[in-house]
Amino acid sequence: MAQLLQIHEPGATPEPGTDEAPLAVGVDLGTTNSVVAIGEDAGVRVLRDENGIGLVPSIVAYAADGSAIVGELARRLMLDRPEAVVGSVKRLMGRGIADVKTLAGTLPYQLVDGDGSMGTGGRMARVVVAGHVFSPVEISAEILRALKERAEMQLGRTVDRAVVTVPAYFDDAARTATRDAARLAGLEVLRLVNEPTAAALAYGLDEGAEGIYAIYDLGGGTFDVSLLNMQKGVFQVLATGGDAALGGDDFDHAVAEHFLAQRRQQRGDEPLAVADVKLALMTGRIAKECLSTQKWGEWTLNIGDVPSLHRFDRPALEGLLDPLIDRTIHICRQVLDDAGVDPADVQGVVLVGGSTRVPLVRQRVGELFGREPLSDIDPDEVVAVGAALQAKALTRGSETLLIDVTPLSLGIETMGGIVEKVIPRNTPIPVARAQEFTTYQDGQQAMAIHVVQGERELVDQCRSLARFELRDIPPMTAGAARIRVTFAVDADGLLTVSALETTTGSEQKVAVKPSYGLTEDEMAQMLYDALQHGAEDMRLRVLSEARVEAKRVLVALAAALAVDGDLLTDEERQALDAQVAAVETAIAGEDRDAINAAVEELETLSRPFAERRMDRGIRAALSGRELKDFEAAGR
Amino acid sequence: MDGSESRENLLAVKAASAVKTTGVPAPCWSCRGPVDRSAVFCGTCAAVQPPGQTDYFTRLGIPPSFDIDGALLDRRYFEQQRQLHPDRFATRTGRERALSQSQATAINEAYETLKDPLRRADYLLQTRKGAATPAGCNMVNDNALLMEALELREALAEAGTADAVKLLARRSETDIESCLRNLSSAFAEDDLKMASWLTTRLKYLRKFADDCRARRLQLARA
Repeated sequence: MAQLLQIHEPGATPEPGTDEAPLAVGVDLGTTNSVVAIGEDAGVRVLRDENGIGLVPSIVAYAADGSAIVGELARRLMLDRPEAVVGSVKRLMGRGIADVKTLAGTLPYQLVDGDGSMGTGGRMARVVVAGHVFSPVEISAEILRALKERAEMQLGRTVDRAVVTVPAYFDDAARTATRDAARLAGLEVLRLVNEPTAAALAYGLDEGAEGIYAIYDLGGGTFDVSLLNMQKGVFQVLATGGDAALGGDDFDHAVAEHFLAQRRQQRGDEPLAVADVKLALMTGRIAKECLSTQKWGEWTLNIGDVPSLHRFDRPALEGLLDPLIDRTIHICRQVLDDAGVDPADVQGVVLVGGSTRVPLVRQRVGELFGREPLSDIDPDEVVAVGAALQAKALTRGSETLLIDVTPLSLGIETMGGIVEKVIPRNTPIPVARAQEFTTYQDGQQAMAIHVVQGERELVDQCRSLARFELRDIPPMTAGAARIRVTFAVDADGLLTVSALETTTGSEQKVAVKPSYGLTEDEMAQMLYDALQHGAEDMRLRVLSEARVEAKRVLVALAAALAVDGDLLTDEERQALDAQVAAVETAIAGEDRDAINAAVEELETLSRPFAERRMDRGIRAALSGRELKDFEAAGR
Repeated sequence: MDGSESRENLLAVKAASAVKTTGVPAPCWSCRGPVDRSAVFCGTCAAVQPPGQTDYFTRLGIPPSFDIDGALLDRRYFEQQRQLHPDRFATRTGRERALSQSQATAINEAYETLKDPLRRADYLLQTRKGAATPAGCNMVNDNALLMEALELREALAEAGTADAVKLLARRSETDIESCLRNLSSAFAEDDLKMASWLTTRLKYLRKFADDCRARRLQLARA
């Protein structure tokens, strides 16, 4: 029985404990649209609706009872029930209300501070919609839930794992918020992947020529440019840059502003309702999209039952868009400069995001890099395709490995509001760095630690990530205490900070969540609410974890028995085998507690065996060494 | 009961002495059998092990020297990450995921240190002398060094055109190259005093090159 278990190469073990082949989807959670895709043997399939449309508008409409509609239906409700519809929520992920003040004009819905006030409490902004107050995490979770449902409908099985993409520019708070949203939607995030890296994977650049690639991603709400270095199947993000508030929405906005200005010239000032702004934005978007293929057109804006006619052509559009595109080109130059890379050294350019369909964008990018950009894969779907490939690689194993870097420097506030950088940007992750600090007053027993992210030298110019206080420092003279602050960033780019007083050995460890994230209490409550629907999901996940652990114990024991089985008497061996069988029976069942109990029993039963194995190992090592010592002495 | 306790005591004594004697195995957290202290995976059950304390050269499997083979370093780094990166453990137990994370962190730390000549020199000085100027510290104790640094800084302040700055930057590049060559021979001859002096010089030359770049960008933008 136990002998039949196979031992796999390190790192190559397929996931035990599931009856079906492991499965995870790739999700591009976009500002304007989202896409879900699945990696299959034959390649990647974008999961589409009955009309063959893969894009799910990242728009959520809420009913009075708080239930949600996501996607195209919600988008259509935008005009009739603007107060109940919310979009572009990705711009708010992990942002405080002060961060998004500048966006207030472009986001046609009301924002409040985390605590419900209009102040600047330094917590994630909330959205007022349909008389409810929702966090961006909850709204994003609705979108993810809709994508999960679409995948489950089409695949005919439960989908509870995903690779989710985020802009390379996303800071820690936004990454944490994204992960929380997935958790709320019942999706375990196997990995957060940077969008540009996903796009590069989609084009198979990991299998192509080694070299430097640029990914130009102009989506609905964010612009990102990244330089990737691909060597020996490993991706490194050399440098990233971007603007978290620049995208196709701004194009629409520019056109809408233009139309509204024309209207003002014709009719003078008129009061605009939220619905009117939405109408103007929608008309602007339609005009922009038409002019990607046509030379000119005419559009009507119907506000207060008074229509106005707007004739508009491509040169006029390009005149409006040029300054915005200029900003992206400028950022591209800065990123190239940062990395010390000449545009001519770039081996390929990948276009991502619907806004790269605008002919002027393609032209300007082509001019900068002196080469025709890659755009064979639908720029709206390319990121989801890459995410699906990565999801497949993580669940089924693959040669490709992604090594990302920190997008922004992480540091700590020191005396005088100066930032001491602990982890510089573009450091490969996972990474852990420690820095020592000390007290500045005699008998000082507490220390405030302020964690910031950004490139500037002054605290006010960086983004505040977290504040916490280290207490119970033993009273000492100033400068005597040694406080070691450790920053750890995991492979997803998520930060944990801990602090520890080292001189007295009194350990103080504090892990912090970003201040713009949700508190554990809020998260627990949301999970509880979500569980009203997802209790079964949760039970299955916990059961699956118990099975994975139990199989790990069985594999380890089988391996040990194969090597050191002779250390057991026949009776002992029989007792162990019987308990192994009991664990296997428990694994086949559905009771998590029974599995854990059987595993614990097996661990207890095999303890003497483990001790004898250690004894043998130590004896072998010591005798080998004595022999060597003896030989050395005899020489 | 008594028997097993004394056995445990015996093991504890052995385990304590094993800390000092390298080569004595530690228990694997997964199969609980003996595993080599420097092993990354258990030889018996293949479970990933904690990274342990190893010098950076050993961790990446390259000879300890200032003159490293950059291509070999890259290759070893990628080989290690391919086996140990958390992505390889995405569907494993939490314990294995956490261990792979600490392994990958340790590999990144070693790689980042050895890849950069300045950090590599600092690290070699630290490990050979036991103590050196902490990395990133700009202390200059030597008068000649101090004068050179001041002169360069004045020259940069006076350089009013992008071309003048470029000239200075080119000079500092040449200086850095010769400094690296000298460092290489100092380490080869085990002349740690000279190596330490050259490392300090390299630090401010690097800083100066950065300043030149910043100044050039500033002039280009103006």
